[in-house]
Amino acid sequence: MAFEFEKPIQELEEKIGELEKYAAKNKLDLTKEISFLEKKVTDKKNEIYNNLTPWQRVEIARYINRPTTLEYIDAMFDDFIEFFGDRVYSDDAAIVGGIATYKGTPVTIIGHQRGRDTKDNIKRNFGMAHPDGYRKALRLMKQADKFNRPVICFIDTKGAYPGRAAEERGQSESIARNLVEMAGLKVPVISVVIGEGGSGGALALGVCNRLLMLENATYSVISPEGAASILFKDSSLKEIAAESLKITADDLKELGIADEVIAEPQGGAHNDKDTVYGTLDGVLGKHLEELSQLDRDALMEDRYQKYMDIGVYEEQS
Amino acid sequence: MLKDLFSKLNKKVNETNSNDGTFENSASIMTKCPNCKKILYSKELYKRLNVCTNCNHHLPITSVERMEALMDEDTATVLFEEVASANPLEFPNYGSKLEKDQQKTGLNEAVVCAEGEIDGTRTVVAIMDSRFRMGSMGSAVGEKLARSFNYATERGLPVIVFTASGGARMQEGIISLMQMAKVSVAVEKHSQAGLLYIAYMTNPTTGGVSASFASVGDINLAETGALIGFAGRRVIEETIKEKLPDDFQTAEFLLKHGQLDRVVDRNDMKDYLGKILRMHSGV
Repeated sequence: MAFEFEKPIQELEEKIGELEKYAAKNKLDLTKEISFLEKKVTDKKNEIYNNLTPWQRVEIARYINRPTTLEYIDAMFDDFIEFFGDRVYSDDAAIVGGIATYKGTPVTIIGHQRGRDTKDNIKRNFGMAHPDGYRKALRLMKQADKFNRPVICFIDTKGAYPGRAAEERGQSESIARNLVEMAGLKVPVISVVIGEGGSGGALALGVCNRLLMLENATYSVISPEGAASILFKDSSLKEIAAESLKITADDLKELGIADEVIAEPQGGAHNDKDTVYGTLDGVLGKHLEELSQLDRDALMEDRYQKYMDIGVYEEQS
Repeated sequence: MLKDLFSKLNKKVNETNSNDGTFENSASIMTKCPNCKKILYSKELYKRLNVCTNCNHHLPITSVERMEALMDEDTATVLFEEVASANPLEFPNYGSKLEKDQQKTGLNEAVVCAEGEIDGTRTVVAIMDSRFRMGSMGSAVGEKLARSFNYATERGLPVIVFTASGGARMQEGIISLMQMAKVSVAVEKHSQAGLLYIAYMTNPTTGGVSASFASVGDINLAETGALIGFAGRRVIEETIKEKLPDDFQTAEFLLKHGQLDRVVDRNDMKDYLGKILRMHSGV
């Protein structure tokens, strides 16, 4: 069990374990008692997992064992060849990208890459990119545009890295450039939020024709901790901030920002990765198929219209 | 018409000056420069567009004052004044904060858009105002900016945006983040039509505004001394455990690091913009 809120389930499961041991040791038949407890476990799971709070989803979205971009690529695509570097300054390992085939068709894949352990996280800078990362992403997108390949982006980042070198090399400009250049791409762009979608650093891979979100993924203008400390002057109010900011996949679907929510196995994608890959595969394939019906100009127009329609304001007479 | 709006807005601005503290120019006879501490005649300061006559420090200027200083007389019309904020997430206290800033500034949102002439070149101008919710961008600001670009695209006009913003408006959550994308798609359409966009960053331009339309003009200008950056200084210092230099994230710092075409003094603003516009107008 990974999370504090799963403790009641863990306790029941431990109890079952003890009973089984006791029964075996003393050669007793406790099947009835055990099955009673198993039923309780199922009920408890349903109660907890069917009522996850936004903050609990944040915890799931950030979980170290949650599948990352490279795992999705490995499971869902063939012949992946990773490409490196921004041709300006460095190769930023916080963003990965390259070409692959998807159901036989060449595609460009780009995604934030979190580390899968501490050492990997240091290499990946916890999935928080410098300008070099966004510029690598842009280079690969322009390449995709030239060769008429769909672009598939995986979003999984706390945000753009807040560092001195990042500012000096134009963190703002690198994100801003991606937004306008993505707006102008004439190939299908599908972005999938697989974990945490943190602000501008997430959006830099997110100006798309279709936005898909995993059930427990989140997407927010600021982290709940940040919002709590700035807006409520108290970072311990992160649970409330997570509620108020409307950051869950269902929230974004309701707001008309996410196009489809990808169901996860009970408790989160980490519990059954293959099922998640399969579900996403079905949905991704469907949207790519739909978008393949549009010509190059129509794809840009479709994206333009998607974003022009987002916003809630009043028109006073 | 612009003139009526400007006089209406100016009146409100002046009325609030005495208890506001930041815009002292027309409210009191003398103003102290916050940088060099010299006591200046407010009238003189006002004539110099709130730039200190002693040390060249650029004091704040309202969006309306800047618009008046920039546009040729009797050529400007305010655009999209009808667009105002809602409270889409029903975020606590957001509505009352909006009302307070509307009363304080006389503006209905953090950006003023207009069409008019600058040294004879017809231009669409959007000026953000940091007094209104720190110039943050929510749906209304995003809509007004996107409409400004679309309006210019349809009419073949150049756009100048004066940015002044703390970033995205958090009370509108993810919708505010998406305004970065919304303005960007409109910027890109305008660009693909071969039209000129000048981004003119003023103090402060940070966060999501810095990381979207503010940084992608065909020409990127910034005003002397303006704070411009993505992340906040304190956040960066805490992250890298290092003290940052005093000039970090100033316009001059960005120029040194290749992020700007020019740093411009406010009193040269109209001259520079007029020339650049003329050189792109095809006449």
